[in-house]
Amino acid sequence: MKLIFETGAPGRRSYSLPALDVPDNELSSLIPADLIKKEDVNLPEVSEVELIRHFTRLSQMNFGLDLGFYPLGSCTMKYNPKLNEETAKMPGFLHSHPLQPEHLSQGSLKLMYELEVCLKEISGMNRVSLQPAAGAHGEMSGMLVIRSYHESNGSPRKRVIIPDSAHGTNPASAALAGYDVTVIKSTREGLVDINELKKVLDSDCAAVMITNPNTLGLFEKDIVEISRLIHEAGALLYMDGANLNALLGITRPGDMGFDVVHINLHKTFSTPHGGGGPGAGPIGVVEKLAPFIPVPTVEKDGDRYYFDYNRPQSIGSIHGFYSNFGVLVKAYTYIKKMGAACIHDISRNAIINANYIKKRLEGYYTLPIAGQSMHECVFSSKLQKEKGVHAWDISKRIQDFGFHPPTVNFPLVVEEAIMIEPTETESKETLDKFCDVMITIAKEVETTPDIVKNAPHTMIVKRLDEAQAVKKPVLRWQKPTQ
Amino acid sequence: MEYIPNTPEDQKEMLRVIGVSSYDELISNIPPEIRLKGELNLSAPLSELEVMSELKSLSIMNVNADDFTCFLGAGAYDHFIPAVVPHIISRSEFYTAYTPYQAEMSQGVLQTIFEYQTMICELTGMEVANASMYDGASAMAEAAMMAIRIAKRNEIVISSTVNPRYRRVLAAYNSGLKHPVKTIESSNGITDINKLSQAITDKTAAVIIQYPNFLGSIEDIKTIIDMTHKAGAASVIVADPIALGLLKSPGELGAEIVVGEGQPLGIPLSFGGPYLGFFATRMEHVRKMPGRIVGATTDKEGKVGYCLTFQTREQHIKRERATSNICSNQALMALAATVYMSAMGKNGIRETASLCLNKTAYAKQKIGELNGYSIPFTSPVFKEFVVKTPVPPSVINKMLEKEKIVGGLDMGTYYPELGNHILFCVTEKRTKSEIDKLVKILAEV
Repeated sequence: MKLIFETGAPGRRSYSLPALDVPDNELSSLIPADLIKKEDVNLPEVSEVELIRHFTRLSQMNFGLDLGFYPLGSCTMKYNPKLNEETAKMPGFLHSHPLQPEHLSQGSLKLMYELEVCLKEISGMNRVSLQPAAGAHGEMSGMLVIRSYHESNGSPRKRVIIPDSAHGTNPASAALAGYDVTVIKSTREGLVDINELKKVLDSDCAAVMITNPNTLGLFEKDIVEISRLIHEAGALLYMDGANLNALLGITRPGDMGFDVVHINLHKTFSTPHGGGGPGAGPIGVVEKLAPFIPVPTVEKDGDRYYFDYNRPQSIGSIHGFYSNFGVLVKAYTYIKKMGAACIHDISRNAIINANYIKKRLEGYYTLPIAGQSMHECVFSSKLQKEKGVHAWDISKRIQDFGFHPPTVNFPLVVEEAIMIEPTETESKETLDKFCDVMITIAKEVETTPDIVKNAPHTMIVKRLDEAQAVKKPVLRWQKPTQ
Repeated sequence: MEYIPNTPEDQKEMLRVIGVSSYDELISNIPPEIRLKGELNLSAPLSELEVMSELKSLSIMNVNADDFTCFLGAGAYDHFIPAVVPHIISRSEFYTAYTPYQAEMSQGVLQTIFEYQTMICELTGMEVANASMYDGASAMAEAAMMAIRIAKRNEIVISSTVNPRYRRVLAAYNSGLKHPVKTIESSNGITDINKLSQAITDKTAAVIIQYPNFLGSIEDIKTIIDMTHKAGAASVIVADPIALGLLKSPGELGAEIVVGEGQPLGIPLSFGGPYLGFFATRMEHVRKMPGRIVGATTDKEGKVGYCLTFQTREQHIKRERATSNICSNQALMALAATVYMSAMGKNGIRETASLCLNKTAYAKQKIGELNGYSIPFTSPVFKEFVVKTPVPPSVINKMLEKEKIVGGLDMGTYYPELGNHILFCVTEKRTKSEIDKLVKILAEV
């Protein structure tokens, strides 16, 4: 499809602005002559109808959750209630300036305060900073909090221990906080290997980062023992909360012994993912880490809510203002809607759905690790690989049947991984249709593997050459030279 | 529960297929000692109607720029947003999608990102842009870290005229790695060039300047970029995207990295977020860049399509050696900016900038003429300017508030030496009569 730059014609416009109602000055009287732009910025020139058709057409070339099943493992693509969108659009939220006086922003401050109260209860932590703009941003903030804590005790420590199954953001975030990363291998059951952990756990270890349930969808059943060992070594325990959807109403990071947890609000609390963002990644911490969380925090004095910047041990700010506030409004809306009584229904249904898919596909794809799954299950297509078909090929074939593919090739510890997370918002009928498709594809691999290898067949483009995109990078449109 | 389709009967049937006698059996490996006893202490579930009215009661406790006249900027701007922008980003094919890992079924968002990258390059005069960062402040912090990778040195030099909130974010990002940071004082509302030149050494990796700066003044970035290059360091320019409709782009003047807050490009004030960090650099540095990048390629029939590219820099592949840890970004906000820039086009963005410039000049002149007020700096400004006030800015803002005006920023909050100074912002949305009303109230103080 044509780019917007190739649409329209010189002189066309789709904007309107009021006429200048104050004296018009000579440009060079207001800005230095050598900094005045000589030529206009080369932006599109399109009429409004051309613009609308262009972007509407593009939207039709995109698969969103509202179009169908989106079982991307570890991404928690649950349905995004429309109510969330309506509340976030309320003018007091959408059009309030972040620096307007606090007494004119009491609604936003109260919402942030109340959301923190909810998230403290849900996570079992003592304080929550709403500031991080995404899960990985929360990880980095959490690591900086941990560093500040150790520094305040006279020793920053050097290392962070991370299981080999972790999200790539974990090691990247630890490195940004100035830590060396030590990777430990998982057990054959896919869990943290306590013996491996003991080998590397010493007085130089600042923290251990664990995802629970982990990226294989398994609950770390020895978490209490792991927590004891880590704390005995004077280290702290960090929880990647990417999979918190599985734990709601069952258990809490704080009760398991975690010192810091980040919560991907866009996952568990159903704010839309927006094609890759915005998200929000608040961090919860235990009492002894509370002095170090980002400024400002939201505090309450009688009926008045205010920002507290006077926290001398804080790591500082990691966001230009307070948070991805609009995302907070959506998550708060969702928590209010679900309430105490329904919150366990989320994890219960997510867990049943994942185990149902796991059962139905068993035998057609390899289950690399047995054991009870939580909200997602990981298969391997190594059987299919013998026929020259990779997980990546299977993901392309799934597209032909109108589903978004699961996460493939992750976690890295599973060869040809296919990680399926149905979430609680999908019905049994949808899961059945999806499983039927997966079984059909498994059969195709046996009989007509080329159909799978050459997929997708129904998309607007066939399989794209991603290697070429690196070898001959074209990262922007160039105006053709006359 | 309307968001969860399966009924107890469905669940029962599914548990039967799974082969367990109950749901509890499914989660039996979660140790009892860490299980929740009873319900969480949250409020009872509410109906849609009840949630709407509860949230509305919070919303109306805030004043907003629709009901009030806003002369406040300082990093968040009340610019006009064409109706097409919220319309397009409300299409659920866009907003309910995830990161486009599966290119074939995500061509819509991938093409819009490709268009976004192109527009950011055009605006900044650079060769390559990423698909967005969290906000302007974090984009600047990431730029500093990237400059360290480019220059293979580790000292950061930053002007005190860079947004103090951005500097605070840089400090937090740097609190683990602890690279040396030198802050340069200002004179006459812009970076003191002499002090800057003394501070730049052969250890300097990055020189960070804001254009126009936090005080509204237009820095002489040409001189600064040249000075930075002579020292073998990388120049990082934090630019206002609307100002680039009139001002020479940092790219044209030789900058290595251009970043900034994309909120003025069609994104609501939203109490500070979600916003958009834009980030652009030169092609030679593409492998050192943070964040997602989309590239054009072809499918096996030769048809043009788009996909994520240069992923080997990213955290899911490179892990602790990645260029950054960014994963979720601000893609929907980048889409808003793309639609905004398409709607405004080359003429609209210049006209918007020109309206800001002239209205600001008018406001600055009228306020400067008032008894007791003065304009402390002579350096040229774009859409913000500092005023020295006869009484504390809080007193002025209190009076303005009574007339449904959100006043300016009390500069003493960030610059103790600028007590009794206020920063006003005048965007293209402010009318002459609104400005005249502001001037009239100021005169009565």
